[in-house]
Amino acid sequence: MNRRQILASVAALAGNASAAQAVELSGEMPWEPGQANVPPLPEPGPARWAFFTPAEAEAIGAMADRIVPADDLSVGGKEAGCARFIDRELAGPYGRAATQYRLGRFVKGTAEQGIQSPLAPADRYRLGLAALDRHCRAAHGRGYANLPPAEQDKILSAMEAGTLDLEPVDAKEMFEQILQNVREGFLADPLYGGNKDLVSWRMLGFPGAQYDFRDVIDLKGKKLDFVPVSMIDKSP
Amino acid sequence: MTNVRPKVDAVIVGLGWCGSLMAEELTRAGLTVVAIERGPWVETAVDFPPSVDMDELRWDTRRAMLLPPAIETITFRNDSSQKALPARDWNFNEWGYNVGGSGTHWAGMAWRFLPFDFQPYSMTVQRYGAEQLLDGLIVQDWGVTYDDLEPFYDRFEKIASVSGKAGNLKGEKIPGGNIFEGARSDEYPLPPLKTTRLTDLFTEASASLGYHPFMVPAGQTSAAYTNPLGVRMGPCTYCGYCLYYGCGNWSKSTPNNCVVPALMQRENFSVLTESTVLRANLAPDGKTATGVTYVDKDNRTWEQPADIVVFSAFQMQNVRLMLLSKIGKPYDHASGEGVVGRAYSFQTVSGANIFFENEYLNQFIGAGALSAQVDDFNGDNFDHAGMGFIGGAGILVVSRGARPIGNADFVPPGTPRWGSDWKKAYTHSFQNGTFIFGQGTSFAHTDAFLDLDPEYKDIHGLPLLRLTYDYNENDRRSAKLIEDKSVEIGRKMGAKVVVGTNATNQHASPYQLASDHTNGGAVMGLDPKTSALNRFQQSWDVHNVFVLGASSFPNNAGYNPTGTVGALTLWTAKAIIETYLAKRGPLVAN
Repeated sequence: MNRRQILASVAALAGNASAAQAVELSGEMPWEPGQANVPPLPEPGPARWAFFTPAEAEAIGAMADRIVPADDLSVGGKEAGCARFIDRELAGPYGRAATQYRLGRFVKGTAEQGIQSPLAPADRYRLGLAALDRHCRAAHGRGYANLPPAEQDKILSAMEAGTLDLEPVDAKEMFEQILQNVREGFLADPLYGGNKDLVSWRMLGFPGAQYDFRDVIDLKGKKLDFVPVSMIDKSP
Repeated sequence: MTNVRPKVDAVIVGLGWCGSLMAEELTRAGLTVVAIERGPWVETAVDFPPSVDMDELRWDTRRAMLLPPAIETITFRNDSSQKALPARDWNFNEWGYNVGGSGTHWAGMAWRFLPFDFQPYSMTVQRYGAEQLLDGLIVQDWGVTYDDLEPFYDRFEKIASVSGKAGNLKGEKIPGGNIFEGARSDEYPLPPLKTTRLTDLFTEASASLGYHPFMVPAGQTSAAYTNPLGVRMGPCTYCGYCLYYGCGNWSKSTPNNCVVPALMQRENFSVLTESTVLRANLAPDGKTATGVTYVDKDNRTWEQPADIVVFSAFQMQNVRLMLLSKIGKPYDHASGEGVVGRAYSFQTVSGANIFFENEYLNQFIGAGALSAQVDDFNGDNFDHAGMGFIGGAGILVVSRGARPIGNADFVPPGTPRWGSDWKKAYTHSFQNGTFIFGQGTSFAHTDAFLDLDPEYKDIHGLPLLRLTYDYNENDRRSAKLIEDKSVEIGRKMGAKVVVGTNATNQHASPYQLASDHTNGGAVMGLDPKTSALNRFQQSWDVHNVFVLGASSFPNNAGYNPTGTVGALTLWTAKAIIETYLAKRGPLVAN
């Protein structure tokens, strides 16, 4: 990527409204009416997978249901919208690793030096899910989504421990990626496609998009029973 | 052919806390000032009003306001036997990428350093003897004392609208404040923030152990306030969206909220945004800089000529700019000679994770610096005789917001990281789990340093800065004491599970996010053989170059750095205006 592409990607990721601003600012605050730096909003119309194939979406949905199982605390990760969330992220700058430094040689180093891989998150999912599918069909005769839950858990544990071979993807790196993104899908504002009906915030007792706690800050140590709200849905 | 802008009296590289405070001082003194800022203009009403601010994924998890590694990063290795590799993903370098710099997204802990922190060498030798200093440790006096800086700390706190309680007012110790602090001439401009269940638990427990808890001076307003520059701030609403976020309430101490609105009214000031300074340019005799070269957002190269050049681009970038501009002698690890890149320090972190049983900590209520601390084990506040190390830590708890995504791994040890057991444990920890944070002193070492990487480059084809760093034995010894004290306090607080934590038990890594306080590399001092800057933060070598930021610290204190970088900036501004302008040359005989 050259410099202009890197900066354009990053600006898209950050949602900066700066393109319209003058470069030299002097003499007054450079305020323009109607400007607002909002996050990218979901596209209107019927839901479509922007990145995943239907088979990939099914596999990720099944993993989300093991990482965040349906139980008396909440619905499972699939129903909460984790696969939808991840799909949107992978189709955008996050999937392309737009914020990462991707110049120069990729040389594996010490644990302290962190991941040194040319794979962007989108690559990791595409190649990793393909490798996982090959493994599941070879070992069990069917894809991940169609395995019994106990077997699905065993596979996740093997990825977590790094004992599963998912070449060309590092299994442990892939597990950490999926775990992080499923959590994000479960716990982020519903604006991003997950956390359906604010399910995780109800579970935790997190108020969400509320900005003024001066009236309750002195109720120390009390159960406060906030009804959570999101930035896009103010109804209880 | 390079484009050349009209000459100005001063060019300021980076418009964060240091750049904006310096610009305010210099423009008020009548100088023409141009600031050049790599990031875009940002402001409250457009970029982080309440309607978009409450978004953990965007601002915290994805770090939307921070400078991405794609634009600049460092290479890292633990020691000089290794090859340094780029920090490719988000890491402990939490740099600003906007007008306001990292001062826009910081947590707001607004400290003064202790008198000891500025004279660690002479005070250690006096109290314990030189034998207290371990081999290879770099310990040297700053050339300024706490008393020199006191009036500038006072002014910074008033401009930055800091909320706190004095603990030592003109020598009188005041309970409720930090009785260990250096003597202050005046109270804080605002009273402390409100307390929470967590700060109350910590305060009771640490007091009953004989320690002296106090509320941390906070860069969030406890009430509506108008600062000395005439900027009006609103009261903090304890929303919990603070560190990594802009503030939608005008209640966080930021350059944007506290300085820039006044600065933008001045006709003799302008800021070039989305423009990246590559280096300062030197006159043929090397004794002065003629200005800077920068690249604008359309990839055109410009020269900004100026009579004074200020580097205020953050600690890492300041060091890199000095190296790329060839200002000062680079540190050579093999020979031990040179100063630019030498004396790099960090923050030594240890503490305890604690989990209560039936609490409602309600940690979503908070502010970035809503915190209770004890300083009984900070700096040289306790007797180190026979302990074999110097320094210590402030030990604190903080009610800073809840971070549902960020805290998903904050469960008791042995808990699975996924599945129903994780959900149950995390739901419990959300109200019961928190941490005691020992934010410790960090002394530099001859084996830790900064220089230019021999292989990896930035998007302009210029070498990245390379960091060679690991914890040293002094860090490990002080961290262990602080871990033990934190565990003691955690138990006294009544937590059911208390687990000691200690960053120095592993090798240092940019991905160990215990702290983002990187320091040194262009340190101030009394001797040009061991410092890049004199006591006024003026380059020993190029007398019209001044370098502002934590890059000046020869050692790090057991505190967050911003108050001290602010005070040092105002100290340097005074030296420039009252002394340098009349007779342009070295302010200290070389």
